[in-house]
Amino acid sequence: MQDLAIILVSAVLVNNFVLVQFLGLCPFMGVSNKLETAIGMSSATTFVLTLAAMSSYLVNTWVLVPLGLEYLKTIAFILVIAVVVQFTKMFIEKSSPLLYRVLGVFLPLITTNCAVLGVALQNTAKARSFVESSLYGFGAALGFSLVLVLFSAMRERLAVADIPEPFRGPAIGMITAGLMSLAFMGFSGLV
Amino acid sequence: MTLFPRVTSPHGHAPQRTDQVMLRVLLATLPGLVALTWNFGWGTLINIVLASATATACEAGVMALRKRPVRFYLSDLSALVTAVLLGLALPPLAPWWLVLMGVAFAIVIAKQFYGGLGYNPFNPAMVGYVVLLISFPIEMTTWITPRELLPEGVSLPGLWQSLQLVLPLPAPTDLAVDAFTGATPLDSFKHNTGLLTEQFYQQTPLFSEAELAGFGWEWVNLGFLAGGGWLLYQRIFTWHAPAAMLAAITLLSGIFYDGGSSTSAGSPLMHLLSGATMLGAFFIITDPVTSATSNLGRLIYGAGIGILVFVIRVWGNYPDAVAFAVLLMNFAAPLIDNYTVPRTYGHARAKRATVKKD
Repeated sequence: MQDLAIILVSAVLVNNFVLVQFLGLCPFMGVSNKLETAIGMSSATTFVLTLAAMSSYLVNTWVLVPLGLEYLKTIAFILVIAVVVQFTKMFIEKSSPLLYRVLGVFLPLITTNCAVLGVALQNTAKARSFVESSLYGFGAALGFSLVLVLFSAMRERLAVADIPEPFRGPAIGMITAGLMSLAFMGFSGLV
Repeated sequence: MTLFPRVTSPHGHAPQRTDQVMLRVLLATLPGLVALTWNFGWGTLINIVLASATATACEAGVMALRKRPVRFYLSDLSALVTAVLLGLALPPLAPWWLVLMGVAFAIVIAKQFYGGLGYNPFNPAMVGYVVLLISFPIEMTTWITPRELLPEGVSLPGLWQSLQLVLPLPAPTDLAVDAFTGATPLDSFKHNTGLLTEQFYQQTPLFSEAELAGFGWEWVNLGFLAGGGWLLYQRIFTWHAPAAMLAAITLLSGIFYDGGSSTSAGSPLMHLLSGATMLGAFFIITDPVTSATSNLGRLIYGAGIGILVFVIRVWGNYPDAVAFAVLLMNFAAPLIDNYTVPRTYGHARAKRATVKKD
C-alpha cells in the first residue's frame, strides 16, 4: 500500500512530468490560454494516459517479451497509444455525444503528447507491475492536469498584464513555466 | 478659482498610497532586523544595503529601457521592499555577488518582465531566494552561530571585517571563518538521528540555551511577529493569510510531534519560531499582488502555504521551505481566485471569475 502511495506522490509532484521531467510541453504551452480548454484537455489526457499505461504494459508483457521483440517497443507503444486514442474517440463519440463535444478537439492531440509515451517507456524500464504501471500513468496524468490547470489560470491573468513588448505571449509563458519548475524543485526528496 | 479642490469618493482620512504602505512595511521589519543584527552581526545590514542599491539600479535601468518615468516608479518604494526582504532572508556575510545576483533576478526577471508592480505573479524576493538556493546551495546554507553561543575567545567579525568578508577585498588575516559559522535550528534538527527530542535538545546548545525554541532565532521570529502585528493593526493587510498559515503549521506539527519520540517532526513552537516562519507569514504571503484576493481565498492560500512549509521541512530535502511554499501557492493563487469570487450584495453567487463564452 505504501509503495503505491509513493508511486502516486512521485508521479504527481516529485517527478512531475511537465515541470520536472519536461515531457508533454507542447499541450502545456499550447492548450493553456484558457482555463476551460485546459480542464477539457486535462480530463481527456487523464483518461487516455491511464488506459495507455495499462495497454502498453499488456502489449509489452504478452506480445513483445515472449517474441523477443523488446527493441521494437518505442514503435509498438506509439501504435498502442494511437489505437487507444482512436478507440477512445470513437467510443466517446457514440456513447456520450456531450462529452465528445467537450473533449473532441483534444483527443487526437493527445497522440502527440510525449508524456504518454514517456510513461509507457519508463514503466518498462523500471519493470513495474500492472497495478503500479496503471497507477503511475494515472499519477502522471494527475500531475499534468494539476500544472496545466494552474498554469492556464495564471496565463489568463498574464494576458492582461503590462508585459514589455518582447516578452508577450509564449515568451512570458516559457519564463513562467521556468519559475514554476524552480518552485517544484522544492518537492525533491519527498519520496 | 475653486476654494475647495473637488475630490471623488471614497473620502478616506488615512490615505494608503503605495509608497506609504511600502514605507510602513519597511519600518515594520525593524524589530526583526535588530534581532538578526544582535545575534548574527553586521552581515544582514550589509546584505540590505547591497540589495537596496542593486534593486534601485535594476529598477531604474528597466524603467529607462521601457522609456517610463524613472523617478515615479522608484518613489513607490516597492523595489526597496523586495530588496530588504531578500536581504533579511539571505544568510549574513553572504558574498556580494550572491546578493547582487539574487536581487537582479528578482527585480528584472520576476518583477519587470511581467510588467512591474501589480502584475508579477510570483513574489520577487522569494523567486530570487529560490534561484540562489538551487544554484548556490553551499553559500545559501552557511549561517552564523548566534553571538552568545560562540566558543570562548571567538567573536563575530566587526563591521570592517564583515565588509572584508563580503566585498572583494583582501580577507581579514586574524579571523577563522569556520569558528563562527554553524547550522540553523531547523537544519540541525533535520539531522537528528534516533535521539529523543528531549535528549537532542540537551545535546544541542542551539536548543538547550534557548528560552522557547532555537537560540537567537526565537527572537528574530518574535521580532517579525511584533512588526507584523503592527502592520495588522495599521490595516496594511487582513489577518486571514497569516492566521491560516500559522494555524496550519501549528496543527500539523501538533499532530506529528509524536510526544517527542526519536522520529518526531519537531514541536509546534520550534516550527513557529524557527527559520523564516514569521517573516513569511507577515511580510511575504501578505503581498497583495501575488496572494489570493478574497478573504476566503486568502484563508485557502495561507493554509496551503502552511501545509507545504511543514511537508517540505519534515519530509523534503530542504531544511526550510517558506520560499518554495510561497512560490507554489503563488502559482495556485489565480485558480483560487477564480473559484472564490465573493458574492456581490444583491446578486446571486458568481461561479467563476472568467466564464466560457462560445
